[in-house]
Amino acid sequence: MNATADPVIVDLAEASVRDLNQRLHDLDDDGPRDWRVINPRGQHAIAVGLKYPAKIVIDGPVGYYCGGMNMEAEIVVNGHCGWGVGENIMSGIVRVRGNASESAAATGRAGLVVIEGDASSRCGISMKGVDIVVGGSVGHMSAFLAQAGRLVVCGDAGPDLGASIYEAIIYVRGTVESLGTDCIEKDMTDDHRAALGELLARAGIDADPADFRRYGSARQLYHFKVDNADAY
Amino acid sequence: MCGIVGLFLKNPALSSSLGSHLKTMLIGMTERGPDSSGFAVYRADQPAGFSKITLYHPDPAYDWPAVAAALDPAAKITVNASHAVLSAPGAAGDLLARLPADVAVMGYGAEIEIYKDVGLPEEVADRFGLAEMTGSHGIGHTRMATESAVTTAHSHPFIAGPDICLVHNGSLSNYNRLRSWLIRRGMTFTTDNDSEVAARYVAFRMGQGLPLREALKAGLRDLDGFYTFAIGTRDGFAVLRDGIACKPAVLAETDDWVAMASEFRSLAALPGVDKAKVWEPAPGVVYSWSDESLEQAA
Repeated sequence: MNATADPVIVDLAEASVRDLNQRLHDLDDDGPRDWRVINPRGQHAIAVGLKYPAKIVIDGPVGYYCGGMNMEAEIVVNGHCGWGVGENIMSGIVRVRGNASESAAATGRAGLVVIEGDASSRCGISMKGVDIVVGGSVGHMSAFLAQAGRLVVCGDAGPDLGASIYEAIIYVRGTVESLGTDCIEKDMTDDHRAALGELLARAGIDADPADFRRYGSARQLYHFKVDNADAY
Repeated sequence: MCGIVGLFLKNPALSSSLGSHLKTMLIGMTERGPDSSGFAVYRADQPAGFSKITLYHPDPAYDWPAVAAALDPAAKITVNASHAVLSAPGAAGDLLARLPADVAVMGYGAEIEIYKDVGLPEEVADRFGLAEMTGSHGIGHTRMATESAVTTAHSHPFIAGPDICLVHNGSLSNYNRLRSWLIRRGMTFTTDNDSEVAARYVAFRMGQGLPLREALKAGLRDLDGFYTFAIGTRDGFAVLRDGIACKPAVLAETDDWVAMASEFRSLAALPGVDKAKVWEPAPGVVYSWSDESLEQAA
């Protein structure tokens, strides 16, 4: 373990993303824990598939799928990111200090994805257990087909929030332009407020849980409706 | 998949580097479109009353001077690889009618020049010397063909009217019927490409008297499919994404320039991009820039 050493600096103006990712995949218990990536220049698939509790700080904007499939690692992007940040995250943290483009944390299984700015459309699409905290607003069709986990939106949500949602929970502080099919507002209990407060604190986002409303599945799409039998 | 880029220089002092920036932006979109590439560059370099027409012929030994000589004693022609830019007095529409049938028209107007060809973006840019081109603004395209042949004619940008051209990332689903609809209303087509239908559609609506913004808003209703369009005009360019934003786009603006690209990669080398305002255009919203200012309308 090498916790106090200076970070390893990787300059993506010199090294390839493939080289960087290979070095990060090759990490073991003796490897360096602190990494700093400079000049990412919007390249895709930076720091994807990590399996080790290292901290990777990326200075600048990244392209698609940054931090995808992450396990254990903490990844911080000091900039904006393209589509699919933290896609299929398994554990660990992906934090974006700017805005995120579409499909942030798509299909995420667990772990935490924090977007300090806005997230675009389809944020948390098909999420399967990940916690997502967005400091700003989210675009249309966020939490589409969301199965498990929590999506927290401190700003507003665009049209068709939570369409065809399963058992994921959505918290929104601002306005919801429209709810998608089978998504309804639900009661906010003390338990929900306590859990949300804990999640916001973990995400480092300063917001009062009492200001949020909760949305989830009406569970009307789970089963075949016998009333529709005549249609076949 | 395709890649599209656009660059509008607010600071005229940068006009000498338009081509080099546009080339870098195009190369940034190589992975999105390695089949063919093209670009439109706008520069006001014509005497008053002259039109500029970009022509194409596959024969490298084609007799371009004869084309100019047959048109007008004052006509000039500048050959650039397989393309040639004709400069002649008169309205572009009148000149087009008098061109030989075997040359293809890539673009026409007062300021626009369009170059496009098969090959990697860097190869196409070098073939036409894009890096040395000057101008006020330009748009470009890198193509990964999905629905029609990979040829020079099928490459983007597509001319839509005088000084108006279109590049497209995505695919349209109702373009056959729309093409028939436009043909019945007098529009003519040179390819079976869906993006050409979008270009002709914009031209048709503008021919009805609609300004570009309104023509694009009408397109939101009539064009079915997914798309990000960049549309070059004489004094700027416009960007439009379909209503559910299937295809990517990033916009960036500084005091010196406005740029758009399918992905940030193509903006990463622009001067001052670190301090630029960077944002994602909302679905179904027409964004346009001109010499005046940014306009935005739902």
